[in-house]
Amino acid sequence: MEAFKEHVGLVVPLDRINVDTDQIIPKQFLKRIERTGFGEFLFNDWRYLENGDPNPEFVLNHPRYTGASILISGVNFGCGSSREHAPWALQQYGFKAILAPSFADIFRNNCYKNGILPITLHADVIATLSKAAHKTEGYRLMVDLEEQSVVCPDGTAHTYEIGDFEKYCMLNGLDEIGWTLQYETDITAFENQNRL
Amino acid sequence: MKKTMYEKIWDAHLVRSSADEVPILYIDTHLVHEVTSPQAFEGLRLNNRKVRRPDLTFATMDHNVPTTDRSLPIKDLIAAKQMETLAQNCSEFDIPLYDINSPEQGIVHVIGPELGITQPGKTIVCGDSHTSTHGALGALAFGIGTSEIEHVLATQCLLQHKSETFEIRVDGTLPFGVTAKDIILSIIGHIGIDGGNGAVIEYTGSAIRALSIEERMTVCNMSIEAGARAGMIAPDDTTYEYIAGKRFSPKDEAFDAAVEQWKQLPTDDGAKYDRTLILDAAEIAPQVTWGTNPGMVTDVTGQVPDPAEMASTDEKQATEHALAYMDLKPGTPMTDISVDRVFIGSCTNSRISDLRAAAEVVKGRKVADTVNAMVVPGSQAVKRQAEAEGLHDVFRTAGFEWREAGCSMCLGMNPDTLMPGQRCASTSNRNFEGRQGKGGRTHLVSPQMAAATAVTGRFVDIREFSS
Ligand code: SF4
Repeated sequence: MEAFKEHVGLVVPLDRINVDTDQIIPKQFLKRIERTGFGEFLFNDWRYLENGDPNPEFVLNHPRYTGASILISGVNFGCGSSREHAPWALQQYGFKAILAPSFADIFRNNCYKNGILPITLHADVIATLSKAAHKTEGYRLMVDLEEQSVVCPDGTAHTYEIGDFEKYCMLNGLDEIGWTLQYETDITAFENQNRL
Repeated sequence: MKKTMYEKIWDAHLVRSSADEVPILYIDTHLVHEVTSPQAFEGLRLNNRKVRRPDLTFATMDHNVPTTDRSLPIKDLIAAKQMETLAQNCSEFDIPLYDINSPEQGIVHVIGPELGITQPGKTIVCGDSHTSTHGALGALAFGIGTSEIEHVLATQCLLQHKSETFEIRVDGTLPFGVTAKDIILSIIGHIGIDGGNGAVIEYTGSAIRALSIEERMTVCNMSIEAGARAGMIAPDDTTYEYIAGKRFSPKDEAFDAAVEQWKQLPTDDGAKYDRTLILDAAEIAPQVTWGTNPGMVTDVTGQVPDPAEMASTDEKQATEHALAYMDLKPGTPMTDISVDRVFIGSCTNSRISDLRAAAEVVKGRKVADTVNAMVVPGSQAVKRQAEAEGLHDVFRTAGFEWREAGCSMCLGMNPDTLMPGQRCASTSNRNFEGRQGKGGRTHLVSPQMAAATAVTGRFVDIREFSS
């Protein structure tokens, strides 16, 4: 996994609550056996019309948001299925961070494991940032992991919480499996003790 | 210290925990299916890692298997490739597999309990959010992503934060015509689809105790639709009777010894939950969803809500979106809504008791001319049992299609899908946009309600229909 320290990027607001993983990556694209190739199908049913053309109404298709790498959305982002294809699709499209008032548990976990930073901010802050992104073309934010802050163009900083371990993993691009395997003797001892 | 059941199981599975690290939790059983596992096995190969405990791992094919004649070649080549990949991975890593031709094949959350793999006190994971189903037997069971699948394959452990505990107590007696599905839908209606975020729900109370194991599975299954990490119900005599004699359950003295241990699991009197919600079973009515998530639900006697009456702008907008997608007008009585399709199946409601209940409603009646209806048993074992009881004849005579086991139209990864604009009464668990097919409109209901809807062609109050 790539290490994440800070990122500055164009912001796109997706003003919906409860965006579920079935929308992020619909099931017809889950048949691949590779980890790649999901970006073009991100938000497929919203993003493309029946005939396959981009849906001009959908926010990601507005030319001013081309190249966006920070997504702002409503409460409970990523609810539903455990499919890790959802963060894969977001990451492969180019997103580095997602800002929302809350996230679904499994989705948030899956993000950390793929170098996408899910940032929980107060609903009022999200509303302000979303408004700013609508209003100002080319609106960019800086997401700082070390400092745990989101910095606006005018310098205002909003801090956020992240677990120490998740932060450590993201900052160092840590292989979690390798981390657990260093405790292999503990695992074996546990198995022996419990006759597993 | 007095502990909840969750805390007992958690503590018993800690391999390591220290204040400044994420705890390492041991996993007793890992269930694997074809859709979320290929990239995990690939990861093992890339890093030269092995599966630590193939003997604690079980695999099946369910998500994209066809439900039509199994002797025919699979038409969807990409799906076939995914199944083939699972078979190869299982043989390479020595994992037992119940493949598409196995007499034990079925939806992973149906066959786990059926084979006796699911047992009280165990930690169980699977790359599928409805793993919460297994909590019905007093296990701690939850869904994981593909990176975590790889983690469990390699280490038989997970890095996990402890969840909050949330007791949902349902007291009293369920009225006639009201089912386990209605309990859980009405709970989600109450707490919302993020009401359980960060928590493990334990369902308690006399109405829960009175449920069969299969009904308890329906309740626990949809815990994730409330955002919960897991759902669980303390084991009792109903649980032990269910487990006795299953293929992988302990036998003879070992069984008696296991029961003695399992009896230690229920939450201690006086143990504290972080949150508690109390509901009265007598107040629950048959439920029907009207929108595009399971929390958008109402009594069958209710109406499609008016966005203008929603508490917040966000909810108002979400309701408007949902009604536009569902093509419904505010104020429409639920019983005025007609459907094109009926789907009885999925890990929520495809077990033998679900099929019996639906057959009971259908018996001697016909599916409406305007409706296409299908029954997809949860496993080959459920299918055999239903056929032994003649249920397939009841369904077929009424005009239902009778299929092979799998996830089928619950998520429409195989050829069973809704056409754009079609409306479906479904016993599954998700009514998200496009879930059953792009442009398809899903209403979640109980098996009894689905069966009655197939007959009348529109939603009916099962309490009036059956009396
Ligand atoms: S039946 Fe539906 S919800 Fe259950 S495991 Fe299959 S796809 Fe998932």
